[in-house]
Amino acid sequence: MNSKKSDFVKFEQVDKSYDGKELVVKGLDLDIAEGEFLTLLGPSGSGKTTTLMMLAGFETPTNGEIYFDGRPINNIPPHKRGIGMVFQNYALFPHLSVYENLAFPLKVRKVDKSEIEERINKTLKMVSLTGFENRMPAQLSGGQQQRVAVARALVFDPKLVLMDEPLGALDKNLRESMQYELKHIHESLGVTVVYVTHDQGEALTMSNRIAVFNDGKVQQLSGPNELYETPVNSFVASFIGENNTFTGTVKEIASGSAKIETDSGETIVANPIAVSSSGEKSRISLRPERVSIDPNEQLENKFTSEIREIIYHGDHTRVRVNLLGNDDFILKVPNASSDLKLNVGDKLDLGWSSHDCRALDY
Amino acid sequence: MTAEIRTSDGELLSVKLKKVERRRRTTAFLLAAPLLFFIVFAYVIPIFQMLGRSIDNAEMNSFLTETHEVMQTWDGSEMPGEDVTSTFYYELKTAVENKYHGKIATRLNYEKGGFTSLIKKTSRKLKNFDENANFLDQFIDVHKKWGDIEYWQALKRGTDAYHFRKYLTTFDYEQKFDGSIERIPEKLRINVTLWLRTIFVAVGVTFCCFILAYPISHLLSVLPTRYSNLLMICVLLPFWTSLLVRTSSWMVLLQKQGVLNDTLVSLGFVADESRLELMYNMTGTFIAMTQILLPFMVLPLYSVMKTISPSLMRAATSMGATPFHAFRKIYFPLTYAGISAGSILVFVLAIGYYITPALVGGAKGILISNRIAYHMQQSLDWSLATAMATVLLIAVLVVYWLYNKIVGIDNMRLG
Ligand SMILES: Nc1ncnc2c1ncn2[C@@H]1O[C@H](COP(=O)(O)OP(=O)(O)OP(=O)(O)O)[C@@H](O)[C@H]1O
Ligand SMILES: [Mg+2]
Repeated sequence: MNSKKSDFVKFEQVDKSYDGKELVVKGLDLDIAEGEFLTLLGPSGSGKTTTLMMLAGFETPTNGEIYFDGRPINNIPPHKRGIGMVFQNYALFPHLSVYENLAFPLKVRKVDKSEIEERINKTLKMVSLTGFENRMPAQLSGGQQQRVAVARALVFDPKLVLMDEPLGALDKNLRESMQYELKHIHESLGVTVVYVTHDQGEALTMSNRIAVFNDGKVQQLSGPNELYETPVNSFVASFIGENNTFTGTVKEIASGSAKIETDSGETIVANPIAVSSSGEKSRISLRPERVSIDPNEQLENKFTSEIREIIYHGDHTRVRVNLLGNDDFILKVPNASSDLKLNVGDKLDLGWSSHDCRALDY
Repeated sequence: MTAEIRTSDGELLSVKLKKVERRRRTTAFLLAAPLLFFIVFAYVIPIFQMLGRSIDNAEMNSFLTETHEVMQTWDGSEMPGEDVTSTFYYELKTAVENKYHGKIATRLNYEKGGFTSLIKKTSRKLKNFDENANFLDQFIDVHKKWGDIEYWQALKRGTDAYHFRKYLTTFDYEQKFDGSIERIPEKLRINVTLWLRTIFVAVGVTFCCFILAYPISHLLSVLPTRYSNLLMICVLLPFWTSLLVRTSSWMVLLQKQGVLNDTLVSLGFVADESRLELMYNMTGTFIAMTQILLPFMVLPLYSVMKTISPSLMRAATSMGATPFHAFRKIYFPLTYAGISAGSILVFVLAIGYYITPALVGGAKGILISNRIAYHMQQSLDWSLATAMATVLLIAVLVVYWLYNKIVGIDNMRLG
């Protein structure tokens, strides 16, 4: 087996503008390794679909070059790129049966009949749709249609498959089970997948790496774990997972720790990620689950808060407190610690380590 | 055994459901009633009347009832006997007294030429007849045509209460007096030519409309609303202008001294002496009808194309199909419903088109509908006109039937 390329797909300083005035993708640099499951995650309108469409060949970059498997592809029309694609609305051919839908890319490639049948059977088995060959798309449920769309994008063995919010139209349960199915398919085939979603949970469960998009730019490109634990700027911190923030000014900065005076006048010891000199404004990010209640260990930050609201969530309880002038500070309390008696208006001692508390850009 | 389910007010559920159902049906019926009324009185009844008129000869039969009855025993192989001629004499006399002999003359003239003058002359001389002498001889004395047995045969046939001979005429056939069916002499044949021309024009216009409408409709369906609205207005503009105005403007354009010819001559494409004959022939009918019927093709096509998601073509090309292949295998088949709806609409309208061929077509470009109008307004042979109209109606029904067999009426999308 030949070694996997780390720059199987490469975006080099790619700009895209639809109207000639505004760039919807700005100076995009992105390397995608062979066999990787890379997710483009970002809010609506951040340029994810546009990026995918440029890769598939349906939009041309305004500037820059895209390489696929070592070749520049800006001038290669979509039908010669050999990239499989799953569309958000599935785009199944409504007048063709499931079998004919899957046979379409193979017939185009002039694969002979017996092999077509063999490959279709194999692919349908993979997405557990054996026996549905003769159904028309309209006779399938949303999840089944979605699986046909995936099967159709994979049946001709493309080296790269693009998926644009393929699970967007499904209900929560189906979406979760499809996420696992897609992940397994990806693992068993080793195909490279570029996946678009604006559901962070989906991105975190499925991907090898996630590119967080905002405003036409990649804000952070890293593995799910890293993205969640160590966001590099306040957009990523607030976009991924739940997040408590304080704003303040840097007072003192040393390697690995900074003293920041919050707007309410207290001093927090934080981990300087995106600040470098004193006097800078900063936004401090702290994950709810990193906060200890009634801390007895040695922690740099210890404050007293007042409970404002208690919301029961089944496996855990969320507690909204007022802390250092922030009225929306959220705590997650696992329900196992039910010995804890919480009442609105009670005082609660909180603490956290300076390492978990990240001083980011303002 | 299933328990009977009752509603809260104690009624049986099934009874209650039926009541609700009945009320809903009544409402639906009342809503549709004006339309039904209109269809029955302005459409179904007139059509049946028309069907009737094409075979009906009851009036004629009532004018000469007894003659007709007596003639049933006459086999037509030799001159009729006195029973026939005397009955005819008395009935014609009554006709003259009541002044409907003119109608008899006209109607009999459809059966055999020369009857008009024959009846008129005979009517004038009727008062001179000697009611005790031989009637046949006296008839022959008045006019020697009465000596020709064919006139008596025509009289017998012409007083039948109903007959189907107009349908033969519709296809240029006639029934001889001996009962055999033959084509009419070549120089009189016109209807078959017109039928063929009508079908040819209807098919041709449908095809031209399809070729022209397909790209326009596609453009309409993919253009941003701002532009597509404008284009739609251009397509619909003809609808907002009177048909007569549009046809006349085509006359202005297509004449020998018209805009189109002038332009071609001034550009030097055509010599002044050999200006193109664009009007008063099939070319004119074709061009004008295609333009006028174009919207009927565009609208159904557009409504179908608008529902085709652009991602389908993208999906097809991402799977390796060339744009042409994707069009042929994916886009085109998805527009079948629109193509068939548009085609049947244009075809049915074209097959009965009237004003345009009458004005731009000239003698070489008229269609069957113009012939029907001619028989309604000029020759006044309403039976023949209605027989032709009935054939036209049947032709359209056959087209619908075929359409339903092949495509299925449910698949039709009209907009
Ligand atoms: N065909 C187009 N013409 C003009 N502008 C476009 C076109 N497609 C997208 N845009 C604009 O480009 C920007 C990025 O759009 P894009 O579809 O890439 O967003 P996205 O990240 O996929 O969002 P979503 O999550 O809502 O799908 C948006 O502001 C959008 O309005
Ligand atoms: Mg999108």
